[in-house]
Amino acid sequence: MGTRLIGIAASDGVAIAPAFVLSASVKVVEERRGVEIASEIERLEVAIGAAKADLESLRETADAKLGAEHAQIFTAHIQILEDPEFAGAIRGVIEGEQVNAEFALDQVAKQLIALFEQMDNEYMRQRAADIKDVSQRLLARLQGGSQSSLADIREPVVLVANDLAPSDTIQLDASLVRAFVTDIGGRTSHSAIMARSLGIPAVVGLGEITANVQAGQMIAVDGTAGVVVVNPDSEEQASFSNRAAGEAEAKARLLTLKDEPSQTLDGRRVELAGNIGTPADVDAVLANGGEGVGLFRSEFLYMNRPDAPSEQEQFAAYREVAERMGGKPVIVRTLDVGGDKEIPYLDLPKEANPFLGYRAIRVCLDRTELFDTQLRAILRASHYGKLRIMFPMISTISEIRQAKARVEAVKAELRAAGTPFDENIEIGIMIEIPAAAVAADLLAKEVDFFSIGTNDLVQYTMACDRMNERISHLYQPLHPSVLRLVKIVIDGAHRHGKWVGMCGELAGELNAVPVLLGLGLDEFSMSAGSILKVRERIRSLRMDEAQVLATEVLELDSQEDVLRKVQTWA
Amino acid sequence: MERQVELKNPSGLHARPASLFVAEANKFAAEIFVEAKGKRVNAKSILGLLTLAISQGTTINIIAEGSDAEQAVEALYNLVASGFGE
Repeated sequence: MGTRLIGIAASDGVAIAPAFVLSASVKVVEERRGVEIASEIERLEVAIGAAKADLESLRETADAKLGAEHAQIFTAHIQILEDPEFAGAIRGVIEGEQVNAEFALDQVAKQLIALFEQMDNEYMRQRAADIKDVSQRLLARLQGGSQSSLADIREPVVLVANDLAPSDTIQLDASLVRAFVTDIGGRTSHSAIMARSLGIPAVVGLGEITANVQAGQMIAVDGTAGVVVVNPDSEEQASFSNRAAGEAEAKARLLTLKDEPSQTLDGRRVELAGNIGTPADVDAVLANGGEGVGLFRSEFLYMNRPDAPSEQEQFAAYREVAERMGGKPVIVRTLDVGGDKEIPYLDLPKEANPFLGYRAIRVCLDRTELFDTQLRAILRASHYGKLRIMFPMISTISEIRQAKARVEAVKAELRAAGTPFDENIEIGIMIEIPAAAVAADLLAKEVDFFSIGTNDLVQYTMACDRMNERISHLYQPLHPSVLRLVKIVIDGAHRHGKWVGMCGELAGELNAVPVLLGLGLDEFSMSAGSILKVRERIRSLRMDEAQVLATEVLELDSQEDVLRKVQTWA
Repeated sequence: MERQVELKNPSGLHARPASLFVAEANKFAAEIFVEAKGKRVNAKSILGLLTLAISQGTTINIIAEGSDAEQAVEALYNLVASGFGE
């Protein structure tokens, strides 16, 4: 048996290949005193020129491959490279102390990095990483040769690194790098987001994988489970190879469905959309043939920072998503904070029952300034694509009316200021509270659409916290009680000519698809990686048969019975 | 030449505004400085500007010396006063 390591599952998929260890970026810097100043300055200038040329070509590649947003980082790197406080300071140290350029660079970089690392603002601390990246590039140029050995990859590998800098990930040849694994990072770190948009399996946050792997050692990666096996035995190798081959085959088959309609054999058409957390996730939705974004979680804009995002910052993010989706619909869910999602600067009180407490729309209706800022940003961005607004955690009609009143107030302001926005923007709510589900026909009169949030709906319907292991068996998304509620919601909306989507995990669950289809669900929104699998399933079904199935499962006793019925039915 | 101006845009002199400010300053031959919170930094240095951590509502002093100092101060004043288009 090989050595099993558990990390953070960052990007789905399985791969097996020899390790390519990206050499630790700490290089030894030699100190030489009494050098000839003019020649050291000359070496520095040449290296800066070369590093700048590297960055410009990286910027072009990034722009072409991933879009202007990813390319911007390299403009910032060029600015740092030529900064008087950086390049100028290095020259100053060479002249003042008569030392070699490498040593002067090291001194200046260390001071700047320390300065930025101690600032109390996440944005500034991020700049420390940029300074490090630029310094290493310049150092490599001074020592001869380019910085990264990624260009040396000639055959399929699993890339092993401490972390991957933006400039590294840009250079990855996705056809040769089968997977990557890193010591540090989380699901939202730059490298993880990149892996998902490139479709490369990745496990991050493994701790000390670089120290425990030799170049050329066989490594098996399961990016879905977050498991890495170093030196797998022959049985493990065969199992991973089979899974990887199976995945590759399935992927190729599914990709042929990318531009095909999500339509049953007898002509019922539904919409398959992707759930996203950041603008960068749009790539994966489009690459998998998503027909829209059914859930844009706006929380990312608010998290990991010292204060609330400005209207302008939010506007830029919503606009970017709207534009990149090119007219396909994007549902922006307004801030869903509280419960298990904490945002320190909002100073939300600690509560005994956070899931039944002050959260989501309840916070927004109470703190209208926070809410209005977000609504203004969304409305302004609606001019650049097809955005829809969705309010989370609605329990009563009065909440919908209050929230809509805020939208109308903001619209009036924008109109008065002559700011363009989509006057006909659709407004919907999430159905995740049983009170809203059973009153769906009443709520439907107030909105343009519903989206069923199954994660919370199941939790509230079964009165079961799924994180509580002693009762997690009660968390049953396919229980007839839950499915009956889903039917009430869909029927209630359709009676008033409104459409219903689903953005919980259930929507991407292959066993649930025929039942949800049969109940009349109009839109399914899921993680990008599931879209094509669900499309394949839908294209193999008949709507009339799915309707019969849906009617039958509502009469069964348990989730097990529902699952058995669906599995034997297909 | 020097002139004072208050930062009105929400993100202060961070990120994009700082980058625009430096790009504008670099169009001039004059030596240009920004003074705020009792510190003085080179206006052509993004790292210098960032370390000042200037937020909305802060008043900065733009100082320039050299042949095109007047135009430089004027241009940078206008950029800040316009709120960097935010």
